Amino acid sequence: MLAAGSMHASGPTVIRLDGWLLVLLLLLMGLGLVVLYSAGEQDPGLVWRQAVRLGLGLAVLVVMAHFPPRLLELWAPWLFALALLLLLATVFFGVGRGAQRWLDLGFVRFQPAEAMKLALPLMLASLFSRRPLPPGWLDSLMGLGLIALPAGLIILQPDLGTAVLVAASGLGLMFLAGLRWRLIALMGVGLTAALPLAWVNLHAYQQNRVLTFLNPERDPLGQGWNIIQSKIAVGSGGWSGKGWQASTQSHLEFLPEPHTDFIFSVLAEEFGFVGVLTLLLLYAAITLRALFLASRCRDTFGRLLAGTVVLMFFLYMAVNVAMVSGLLPVVGVPLPLVSYGGTSAVTLLAGFGLVMGLYSRRRFMGSG
Amino acid sequence: MKPIGTLSVMRDEQTELAVISARYRWLVVVVLAVFVLLGFRFAKLQVSDHELYASRADDNRIRLQALAPNRGLILDRRGRVLAENLPAYRLVVVPERTPSLNDTLDRLQGLVEIGVDELERFERQRQRSRRFEALTLKTNLDPEQVARLAAQRHRLPGVEIEPYLTRHYPHGEALAHVVGYVGRVDERDLRRLPIERYRATTHVGKTGAERSYEDILHGQPGFERVETNAQGRVLRVLERSKPAPGRDLTLTLDLDLQLAAVEALGSASGSVVVLDVHTGEVLALVSQPGFDPNLFVHGISRQDYAFLLNHRQRPLFNRFLSGGYEPGSTIKPFLSLAGLDSGAITPEQRVFSSGYFQLPGHSRRYRDWRRGGHGWVDLELALAESVNVYYYQLAVELGIDRISRELALFGFGRSTGLDLPGESSGVLPTRSWKRATFGEAWFPGETVITGIGQGFTVVTPLQLAHATAALAGRGRTAPPRLNGDTATVPVQMVEHRQAHWDAVFAGMASVVHGRTGTARAIAADLPGRIAGKTGTAQVFGLPDDDFERALRADDILPEHLRNHALFMGFAPLEEPRIAISVVVEHGGGGSRVAAPVAAKVIARALELGH
Repeated sequence: MLAAGSMHASGPTVIRLDGWLLVLLLLLMGLGLVVLYSAGEQDPGLVWRQAVRLGLGLAVLVVMAHFPPRLLELWAPWLFALALLLLLATVFFGVGRGAQRWLDLGFVRFQPAEAMKLALPLMLASLFSRRPLPPGWLDSLMGLGLIALPAGLIILQPDLGTAVLVAASGLGLMFLAGLRWRLIALMGVGLTAALPLAWVNLHAYQQNRVLTFLNPERDPLGQGWNIIQSKIAVGSGGWSGKGWQASTQSHLEFLPEPHTDFIFSVLAEEFGFVGVLTLLLLYAAITLRALFLASRCRDTFGRLLAGTVVLMFFLYMAVNVAMVSGLLPVVGVPLPLVSYGGTSAVTLLAGFGLVMGLYSRRRFMGSG
Repeated sequence: MKPIGTLSVMRDEQTELAVISARYRWLVVVVLAVFVLLGFRFAKLQVSDHELYASRADDNRIRLQALAPNRGLILDRRGRVLAENLPAYRLVVVPERTPSLNDTLDRLQGLVEIGVDELERFERQRQRSRRFEALTLKTNLDPEQVARLAAQRHRLPGVEIEPYLTRHYPHGEALAHVVGYVGRVDERDLRRLPIERYRATTHVGKTGAERSYEDILHGQPGFERVETNAQGRVLRVLERSKPAPGRDLTLTLDLDLQLAAVEALGSASGSVVVLDVHTGEVLALVSQPGFDPNLFVHGISRQDYAFLLNHRQRPLFNRFLSGGYEPGSTIKPFLSLAGLDSGAITPEQRVFSSGYFQLPGHSRRYRDWRRGGHGWVDLELALAESVNVYYYQLAVELGIDRISRELALFGFGRSTGLDLPGESSGVLPTRSWKRATFGEAWFPGETVITGIGQGFTVVTPLQLAHATAALAGRGRTAPPRLNGDTATVPVQMVEHRQAHWDAVFAGMASVVHGRTGTARAIAADLPGRIAGKTGTAQVFGLPDDDFERALRADDILPEHLRNHALFMGFAPLEEPRIAISVVVEHGGGGSRVAAPVAAKVIARALELGH
C-alpha cells in the first residue's frame, strides 16, 4: 500500500493515494489498452491517444485526491449550478449527430452530462450531510427534485441512457443516505405505473431499441444486429478464446463499435471465459476495495459521495457487460476505463481520486 | 476546532454513520450478486452455448463462392475447332474506387465507345451489387481500345482491364444454325438450369449444339471457401476446389463438306443436308443465309438484331430444322414403292401421258409439266422425266390411306429426333388429320395432287434427307445425329422386295444419267453414278387455266413468289453411302437450280472419302 495517508498527515506533503486501489486500476487500464490494440484495428496511434487520456485521468486523480473535501462541500451548489448551466447550453447550442450531446468550447469538446455525473452526487452529498439522516419526506422530495432537473435536461438532448445513469447516481446516493424502504417501494410502484406514459414519450429510435432488445430477431440486420453479433462474439470465444488479435467478429467488422461500447465482446472473443472472469474479478476487486475505502470515510459527506462514486463505476461496468451479453438493451454506456474515450475515463478517475482523498482523511476523526 | 453545534452534529453523525453503514452492507450484497449473475451469464454463453455461437461466427464469415468451369470445345469429325474459348479483355469498374462514378463513366465514354445497351446493363448490375464489387462495363475490347485504356489507366482509379475467356466461332455464319451460340444467362435460363451448377456461369448455350449439349460442354463448377467481412468483401481464400472443365464435343460434321455446301448454295437462301446412310451421321447441315453467332456472345446490339430480324432472307430462320416445304416431285420415289408393293403398278407397265389427268366425272384438269405430255412411259421414265400424270393416276389407285402409310414409314410427318433443339415435324396428311385440322372430309382431288407432293404435305429438308437415307439403305438407316461420340442404332424402317428397290433406284439413276432425265445436266459434274430426284415446291399458285404462264412462272413472277427448287438423292448408286437433300428457296425448278448444288456437294463428299 502506498502510504495511505500517513499517521501524522496534516501537512501538504501527505500522499493521499490508496496503493491497492491504484494498482488494481492500473492493471485494469493496462489490460484495457491490450484489448484496445486488437479491437482498434492494431492502430498504435489509437492506443497511444487513449494512454495519454488515461495519464491525464491519473493526474486528475492525484489532484482530486489532494483536493480539500471541505472546499468541494462548500462549492457543491456552485459546481452543480455550473453543470446545470452547461447542460442547458447543450440543449440549445449542443453539437452531435442525431442527439446534441457535445458542447464545443472552441478549444475542447466535452459532454456536460459527464460532469453532471459528479456534480449531482456532490450536490446531494453536500445537501444530505447537513440534514438529519435518514432523510425525512421533505428532504427526500427535495433530493428527487435535484435529480429530476439534470435528468430532464439530458433527456431533452436526447440521451435516455445517460439520463438514467445520472438519475441512478442521485438515487444511489439517497439509498446510501438511508432513503426509507417505504419510499423506495413507493417509487418503484410509481415508476412502474409511469412506464406506459414514458413509453409514449420515447423517441421512435428509443422504442425500437427496447423492442429489439426484447426480441433481437425482430430486426436482425438493423437494431438487433448489435446484440446478435455481440452474443456471437462472446459465445464463440468459448473457454480460452480465439487468441489476441484473432477475433473474427471484430476484425471482420461484424461487431459494431468494437473499440468503444463493445470492447468487452472483443475481450470475451479473444480471451474466452478465462479472460472474462479475469476482468470481472478485477472489476469486483476494484469495486469492493473502493467500497471499503468509501465506507471508512470520516464523515457523512465523504461516505455518501465516495460510496456513490464507486456505485456509479460499478453500475457502468454492470450495464455495459450486461448489454454486450444481451441482458440489457443497447444503451451506449462505455466499459469503464477500458473503452476508448476520454471524458468518461477522466471523470471516473477523478471520482476514484475523490474516494482516495476522502478516505485518507478518515484518521482526522476525533483528532480535533 | 469545530463550529457551534458540533456536539449535536457529532451525535447525529454517529447514528447517521450507522444508517449509512447498513446501506453499505446492502450495497456489497447487491454488487456480489450482480457479479455472480454476470459470471453465470458468460458461463452460459461461452461454455454451455459455445458450439452454437462458434458455428454462427463461422457462418458469418465463411462463404462458398462458385468458380465457373471452362466450356468444352466443339469440333468437327476431323477435330477442327468449330467453337473455342479465346482470351479477351473486358472493361471493369469498381464503383467504390472511383472518385466519382459519373465522371469516370464520362471519361471512359471519351476513350472507348460505350453503347446505350451497355450502359443500361451496367446500371442494372450496379443496382443489384455492392459498391466494392467489380462490374463489367464493356466486353470483348479490341486491341486498340485495350491500348488506349491501358495508357490512361493511372488516371482512372477503379477502372480495370480484365482478361477472361470468351466463346468464339471461327467459322461464324457457315455453322451458325448447327453449332448455335451461347449468350448471357437470363431469367428464363435460370428457371430451366440446375442453379447450383450455374452460380458462377455467365454464358449458356442458347441454340444449336451449344444448347442441346449444354450438359456436356458446361462442366462442373469449382468452389472457394472464402472469408468475408460484414460487408461481404472477400478477405482471403480458405479452401479451393478447382472447376472441372466441360468435355469437348465432337460433331459428325465434316467442316470441308459444310463449307462446300455453303459455297454451292452461294447467295441463295435454302438448305443442304448430307447424311451418312448407314450411321445417320450428319455430314453437312446448312441453312442459308447464316448469321454471325459471335454477335450474340457479347450481347447483340439492338441495331444488329433488328437488321437480322428484318432481313428479307430471314437469316435467323433455321431452314433445315424448321423450314416446311412442299416436297413436290421428290415424293415420287416413295409413292413408286407404295405402288409396286400394292401391285397398282409394275416397273414395266406403261401409262399414257396426254398432258393432263381428270378424275372421272370431274372437269378439272391436273396437268403434266410438259405441254402435250410425255406419251407412253414406264416407271423408270416416269421418274426420270417426273411424269405427273403417271403419279396422279397412281395416287388415285393407291388412295390417301395407303399413301400416308407408306410416307409415314419413311418418317414423314414426325421429327427425326436430331439432337438439335427446335425441330418441326412437318405435315403428313391423312383423313383424320384433315378432319382434325379443317373439320372437313378428305376430297378425291386432294389425293391427286398429293401424288406429286403438292397440297397439304409439308417436309423439312432434314426429313427429306432422312427419308432419302432410308430409301438409299433399302429401308434401313439410323436416325440422324450430330454428336460424334454416340451412335444411333440402324433401323429397318421400311420393307420392300429387292426388285422394287432396284426399279426405283433405276428410275432415280435415270433422273441424272438418263437421256431425258430432269437432272441430266449435272451428270457431267459427277465422278460416278448417283440416284436423284428433282422437285418443285409451289410458292404462288397461278390460276389453273393460265398454263402458259405457269410454265414460265420462274421468269415472270417476282423472286419472292417463285417456286422453291428441291433435290434429293444418294450416292454412289451401287453402294449408297451418303444421302442428300437440297432446297433452294425461290430458285424455280429443282432441275435447274437445286440439282447443280447437290452435284457439287456430292462430288465434294465423295472426294472427301464419304
